[in-house]
Amino acid sequence: MTHIIRIVRLALKSLLLHKLRSGLTMLGIVFGVFSVIAMLAIGEGASAQAQRQVLELGATNVIVRSVKPPTEVVQSSSGSRVLSYGLLRSDYKILTNTIPTITKAVPIREVDREIRHLKESMNARVVGCTADYLEMNHLTLSQGRFLTNSDQENLLNVAVIANEVANILFKFEDPVGKSIRIGSMYYTVVGVTKDRTASAAIGGSLSGQDYNKDVYVPIKTLQAREGDLDIKTQAGSNTAEQIELHQITLRVNDKDAVLSTAEAIRETLEQTHPRTKDYAVVVPLELLKQAEQIRMIFNVVLGSIAAISLVVGGIGIMNIMLATVTERTREIGVRRALGARQSDIVEQFLTETIVLAGSGGLIGVVFGLLTPVTFLGIQWFVQNFVMEGNTAGSDVGRMFFDLQPQIAFWSLPVAFGISVTIGILSGIYPAISAAKLDPIEALRHE
Amino acid sequence: MRLAAQVVDLTKFYDLGSVVVKALRGVSTDFPEGDFVAVMGSSGSGKSTLLNLLGALDRPTSGQYFLGGRDVSTLDDDELSAMRNDMIGFIFQSFNLIAQYSVLENIEVPLLYRAGYPPIGRAEREWCLELANMVGLGDRTDHRPFQLSGGQQQRVSIARALVNDPQIILADEPTGNLDSTTEAEIMDILHKLNEDGRTIIMVTHEPSIARQTKRQITMKDGLIENETLIKQSIPTR
Ligand SMILES: Nc1ncnc2c1ncn2[C@@H]1O[C@H](COP(=O)(O)OP(=O)(O)O)[C@@H](O)[C@H]1O
Ligand SMILES: [Mg+2]
Repeated sequence: MTHIIRIVRLALKSLLLHKLRSGLTMLGIVFGVFSVIAMLAIGEGASAQAQRQVLELGATNVIVRSVKPPTEVVQSSSGSRVLSYGLLRSDYKILTNTIPTITKAVPIREVDREIRHLKESMNARVVGCTADYLEMNHLTLSQGRFLTNSDQENLLNVAVIANEVANILFKFEDPVGKSIRIGSMYYTVVGVTKDRTASAAIGGSLSGQDYNKDVYVPIKTLQAREGDLDIKTQAGSNTAEQIELHQITLRVNDKDAVLSTAEAIRETLEQTHPRTKDYAVVVPLELLKQAEQIRMIFNVVLGSIAAISLVVGGIGIMNIMLATVTERTREIGVRRALGARQSDIVEQFLTETIVLAGSGGLIGVVFGLLTPVTFLGIQWFVQNFVMEGNTAGSDVGRMFFDLQPQIAFWSLPVAFGISVTIGILSGIYPAISAAKLDPIEALRHE
Repeated sequence: MRLAAQVVDLTKFYDLGSVVVKALRGVSTDFPEGDFVAVMGSSGSGKSTLLNLLGALDRPTSGQYFLGGRDVSTLDDDELSAMRNDMIGFIFQSFNLIAQYSVLENIEVPLLYRAGYPPIGRAEREWCLELANMVGLGDRTDHRPFQLSGGQQQRVSIARALVNDPQIILADEPTGNLDSTTEAEIMDILHKLNEDGRTIIMVTHEPSIARQTKRQITMKDGLIENETLIKQSIPTR
């Protein structure tokens, strides 16, 4: 033990003789270790984010969305100006009646409307849904109640509004019991939901959902008041779409039954929509498995990039150690003359490289621990100098800004161990070539 | 009369492929304890080769070299290292101190390589200080080599040569890089060591230096051309 302390102390002395050179040599390892930890942390953070979002969709849920079919298909199949597609109320009935593993199902219709209260107004997404919507979307109430079955049966004009809507329309009052106007109809506010983080954007079929500007009304009321026709004015021309349901969210009784239930849903819908595939079936559990695979790929790719930088760092060390051995040939000769064995010389130079790589590794670990802070800096930079306002609000932008690197704590000792290993690997050849020098030749070296 | 070292018909050939350089062609001589020998001769006569063999830095092509009761010509590399560490003190023409170490740490270097790596404790430190005092550098133990004059550096290397209490001290032109005043100071130290009973073998070009020793060996073409005994009274311990 005292021997180890002694050789480490002597190694430090030699390294400190050329502080700048040692420091620069170490940098390669510092950045290598830092990037290993940082890359893994970002990969880990991204996958955790994806997992969280998928889980918010519900691991036992199956989501069926209406999808607008490609326009060529639409034009050839229908001559009318009203575009009619998507899920039908009959689909909802068939699915819930024929598949026994489905325990809950929520039909959903979404329309964009202007909503008003006195002088305040805003555009909101009006969601027609049923009582189960609250629980199945992990929403919670801050005030009042959610929609009930009797609201549906009695076609009541009641609405539950999201927190942000409440803040905009009701600056100083309690919204519960007050009236708001949706389109041309008046509704009574019966509850307010708490803020909820947006859910995942999953492919083209389900865009990321921002729940914070929603207004929930009974779907039967919405159908009775507004019909199924949705007229949108876009770029000066009107388009009319007839969609009965935008989405059906289904809950499966058991996690093990999710995949088979999804298969049954797909088969059923294939029969009810034989001509065009104007819907998409999204299975969060499948997405979770995909996210897991993506995480693996992420880790391998990012890890490899980081590993390359570590190898480059190792080559840098080897290069410097070879130069050092040449430069210190005389010293090696002197030590040999004074009694150093070849193994002593190997030990000396190997210790120097290990100390160099090891301290580089330690500094790299410290930098790696600062990854979340560094990443905040990068996010700030991107926000201010790279992304325009609207790209920042896009799905990718939101994903980037929501990303929180998560340091994988196993990566700290691993990265440090790798740096020490690289120290040994890059030091062994220079150390052996130093030990193999002929003492007489070495002493004569200028 | 006990022998510190003995060489018997020592040869050293360098095979350069096209030619074989015969640096030593059969050298025999005894070094009694307490001897003080000057090895002289023209350049290329084999002085350094002989000294390297005596210093166990290399093995002879043939012949025997006895040191501490063992035939050095039969030892392997690790055993040669142990021999150098334990039995031999080197003093070099160009001092050869280790740049990153202080005076005291330079004196300690041979202690680092002792058999079994015993720890360097208080007793060893005090011994090194004593040696530093003996060569007149007691107040400079923290200095680094570049802060010292040539003469001072050579004193450090003398102290270093003594730290493991070696059987013989080998010096290859120890005053070759020094001016005449410093040269005299170094020679004073060597004389003192010899008076204390140390065996010293020294290569030199200077007849004035050689005259201060007890015995001169003159080399020529890899052979001892002639031996002169200057002082008869070789002390025995
Ligand atoms: N490593 C070597 N390889 C080849 N020849 C050598 C080597 N070392 C010494 N010699 C030769 O051996 C002879 C004796 O050299 P050396 O002992 O250094 O002489 P001196 O020290 O007396 O000047 C010289 O001819 C020299 O060229
Ligand atoms: Mg010579």
